[in-house]
Amino acid sequence: MEERELICINCPMGCRMKATLEGGTITSVTGFTCKRGETYAREELTRPVRMVTALVRVKGRAQPLPVKTDRPIDKDLIFDALAALGHVTVQPPIRIGEVVLANVCGTCANFVATANVR
Amino acid sequence: MREREVGVLVIGGGPAGLAAGIAAKEAGCARVLVVDREDAPGGILKQCIHNGFGLQAFGEELTGTEYAERYIEKAFAAGVEVACGTMAIDLTGGRVATIVSRARGLETVRAGAVVLAMGCRERPRGALATPGSRCAGVYTAGNAQKLVNMKGLMPGKRVVILGSGDIGLIMARRMTFMGARVLACVELMPYSAGLTRNIVQCLDDFGIPLLLSHTVVDIKGRERLEGVSVAAVDETLSPIPGTERELACDTLLLSVGLLPENELSSTAGVRLSPATGGAEVDENLQTAVPGVFSCGNVLHVHDLVDFVSEEAARAGKAAARYAAGETRPRGTVPVEAGSGVGGIVPQFLGEQIEGDVKLMFRTRGIYKKARVVAERGGREIYSKREMILVPGEMVGVTLKKDALGSGREPVRVRIEV
Amino acid sequence: MQKYDVVIIGGGVVGCATARELTRYKLRVALFEGAPDICSGQSKANTAIVHAGFDAKPGTDKARFNVIGNAMFDTLARELDVHFERNGSIVLAFSDEGIPELEKLVWRGVANGVKGLRVIRAEELRNLEPNVSAKAVAALFAPSGGIVSPYELTFAYAENAVKNGAAVFREAPVTDVRRDGRGGYLVRAGGRECAARAVVNCAGVHADEINNRVSAERIGITPRRGEYHIVDKSYGKLFKSAIFQLPTAMGKGVLVARTVEDTILLGPTAEDIPDREDKSTTAGGLAKVLERAALTWEDIPRRGFITTFSGIRAHCDKDDFVLGEPGDAPLFFNAAGIESPGLTAAPAIAVYLAESVAQRLRAAENPAFDPVRKAIPAFRTMDADERAAAIAKNPDYAKIVCRCENVSEAEIRECIRRPVGARSVDGVKFRARAGMGRCQSGFCLTRVMEILAEELGVPETEITKSGGGSYLVSGRIFGEEEGGRA
Repeated sequence: MEERELICINCPMGCRMKATLEGGTITSVTGFTCKRGETYAREELTRPVRMVTALVRVKGRAQPLPVKTDRPIDKDLIFDALAALGHVTVQPPIRIGEVVLANVCGTCANFVATANVR
Repeated sequence: MREREVGVLVIGGGPAGLAAGIAAKEAGCARVLVVDREDAPGGILKQCIHNGFGLQAFGEELTGTEYAERYIEKAFAAGVEVACGTMAIDLTGGRVATIVSRARGLETVRAGAVVLAMGCRERPRGALATPGSRCAGVYTAGNAQKLVNMKGLMPGKRVVILGSGDIGLIMARRMTFMGARVLACVELMPYSAGLTRNIVQCLDDFGIPLLLSHTVVDIKGRERLEGVSVAAVDETLSPIPGTERELACDTLLLSVGLLPENELSSTAGVRLSPATGGAEVDENLQTAVPGVFSCGNVLHVHDLVDFVSEEAARAGKAAARYAAGETRPRGTVPVEAGSGVGGIVPQFLGEQIEGDVKLMFRTRGIYKKARVVAERGGREIYSKREMILVPGEMVGVTLKKDALGSGREPVRVRIEV
Repeated sequence: MQKYDVVIIGGGVVGCATARELTRYKLRVALFEGAPDICSGQSKANTAIVHAGFDAKPGTDKARFNVIGNAMFDTLARELDVHFERNGSIVLAFSDEGIPELEKLVWRGVANGVKGLRVIRAEELRNLEPNVSAKAVAALFAPSGGIVSPYELTFAYAENAVKNGAAVFREAPVTDVRRDGRGGYLVRAGGRECAARAVVNCAGVHADEINNRVSAERIGITPRRGEYHIVDKSYGKLFKSAIFQLPTAMGKGVLVARTVEDTILLGPTAEDIPDREDKSTTAGGLAKVLERAALTWEDIPRRGFITTFSGIRAHCDKDDFVLGEPGDAPLFFNAAGIESPGLTAAPAIAVYLAESVAQRLRAAENPAFDPVRKAIPAFRTMDADERAAAIAKNPDYAKIVCRCENVSEAEIRECIRRPVGARSVDGVKFRARAGMGRCQSGFCLTRVMEILAEELGVPETEITKSGGGSYLVSGRIFGEEEGGRA
């Protein structure tokens, strides 16, 4: 049996929750005030994901281009995704939404531009 | 010196200024001019490359840059003139502004109405009077954000963050992403000023400790920062001798509060509220100077940009109406901040209200299971139970037109525990 | 080996003033400053007062040069185009027992040759300074007291010295001074040796180290730290004069002094410290400043605080200035122990030293000497017509970089291009005021870094806060290889 502590991010209450897991299966969640807390805890324990925003090199200028993943990726893959992005140099012009790096670390998520470069 | 006349002059091309300009145009004002000191519009959003914007305004999660771009496109589509690289250096109570730009030199602008949307600045180290050396390596979080996100420059490699405002938390994650080591986030108060979501996703995700009830008591390093002393504070927020700990670092980022940039407002004679640091306005966002309106972070420091846009749109619309000849002086019925309520906006209401009125304020502390109550003439006109209220998040109170009624009786808002 | 007639050690106000005064003669003059910029020591961090001269003990060099120096400021400020105001000084007494003390100061001032001193009572005091604390019952009024920008003055002296032929070297710490055996001196500065017929020691907190290398008449300097608060210029209208306090049971008083830029200085403390370069502020020191300043200014607005700083005064164990040649070191001239009223005395000290050196070297006058230096025209002080004209001539005047102080790009570029110009962000700050205001460079830092990089022809990653190892950024986020400059 494994015990995990979490803080709910849905509202400023920041409920401190406790979950017990057995063999990777959640057996109980306590400490939440509303249903959203429990849902968050179950998701976060099963498969924590994050949107990643980052910067990418632009050919011919010092100012980097801001990018984001177009869907959340596994939290554990954040630094791998950033490392993969580190090898990319984009060529202007670039429009918002343009894919800068596709299928980041095999996640099906893409890094897309979040600003225009002329 | 060149001269021109406009219907509505908006000072500041950030989220507030753009939304005000668009709304003024949509309300029928023919000539709307937005001036911004920087070379591109968007204000602080230009450097906010993180997500979390637009959930209220667009129902989707955008980065700051994307949020800004939507408003920039809308402003151009609507025919708002946006003059960048243009700084307003003077404004009179008669709504005559002096602006200066490399493109057009000095210009006098006579405006039917003016919207103040200059935003805010970060509290610098000096304002805290943190003792120690004045070496390099001490930045406000927003300045560091600009260096990294807009200039591609790294402020340093071993970082301590003082203050747990959202910009500080966001920068903790950004610096970590960029390969720096963030040693700690130090917060004077017993609670964080930032969103829980940011504490979890910007600090906890990367094992960065949040030291509540602590502060930086010394800054060391002759040329470049070499370290800081961090100490616990007591209930009076004074450092407790003997609790000092040394953290070796080359960078200290400050996220210790934002101050509305009202220097220009003052030259026009706009009265400021000591509680918010912004103008005193009525429900139409009009200041004490007729025809001069204020919105966004120059009026009061917001938590979400979505609310800035919404407020600014109301200011822009009201300004357009004023410019079109619907001139009314600012309302004089006071809105009073009762127990638990910090600076409230608007501070005044007209005797006759045209529609529902939205009040915004921050609480003075943390309240759990409390009621937000508004009263007028001994009558309760609003009441809502809240699970939690924290100073970091603004409270919005929408008073229904019918419940509010009319007359000279003040409105009082308070927190009931 | 480079040969000079006179080598000046130290680029503070005394060194720079002496350099300028020496260029009135046909002399090859070089000034060596150890720090990355001139005006880095106590000339930068002091109370910016032109003292009337009632404080120094009669008969001392402090008293003599204070009063002579004070009288020079009107002409000097005109010639060098620096901000100077004769706004008067006031010393407050907080009880009737203080009144005889004020009288004593009057008599001391009279002995020193100060004119116009008188004791004023509460009513007149309130007329002069309506915002002074109710606790003040009487005051000494010294109409000849003034305020000046100490760094403007130092930079102006240096610029004028270079214009008239002097050479100024920065990052050139003097590590050795010795006799050359032929009546002159060898000076090792910044790793290079040069020869000098005469040496002037203006090394501030290090003046004892320099003196003691060549003279057996040893002197000792104790670094004495003073801490200050700066209050925003929006409060500058509250006080007209520089306001001192009589010492009380709490200790020596602190000043509430408006600056020529309308900010208000509170301070200083006085604390002897072991480290000559330790310009840190301390919690205790700053608290002491506030506690004592509150005697003068009851409701000091904390939200008006811009920043804090400390300066290290070179306190000499002789408790007076040490000026001129020691008996055993001919043609080696001291200007040591120059603490308060050093800024006021500097112009007079410089003239005295330059005349002494010129006489000893039998130097002829320099007919080409031009005493005039023009300040960089400041956008913030111009009226609308002047602004329009400035922009027409140079469009960079239309680009405001520092929004708090309204400093234009033209001024920033010019302060880098001038002789002994800015090389760092602080260099720009003290020459052009960019970053000096309420946001403390929050908005303009990145632009100032860009302009410095352009003007100096170096990458932005090499721009420092104040020279040496005070780098501002650790590098580019993607490294140098592909980050490439635009």
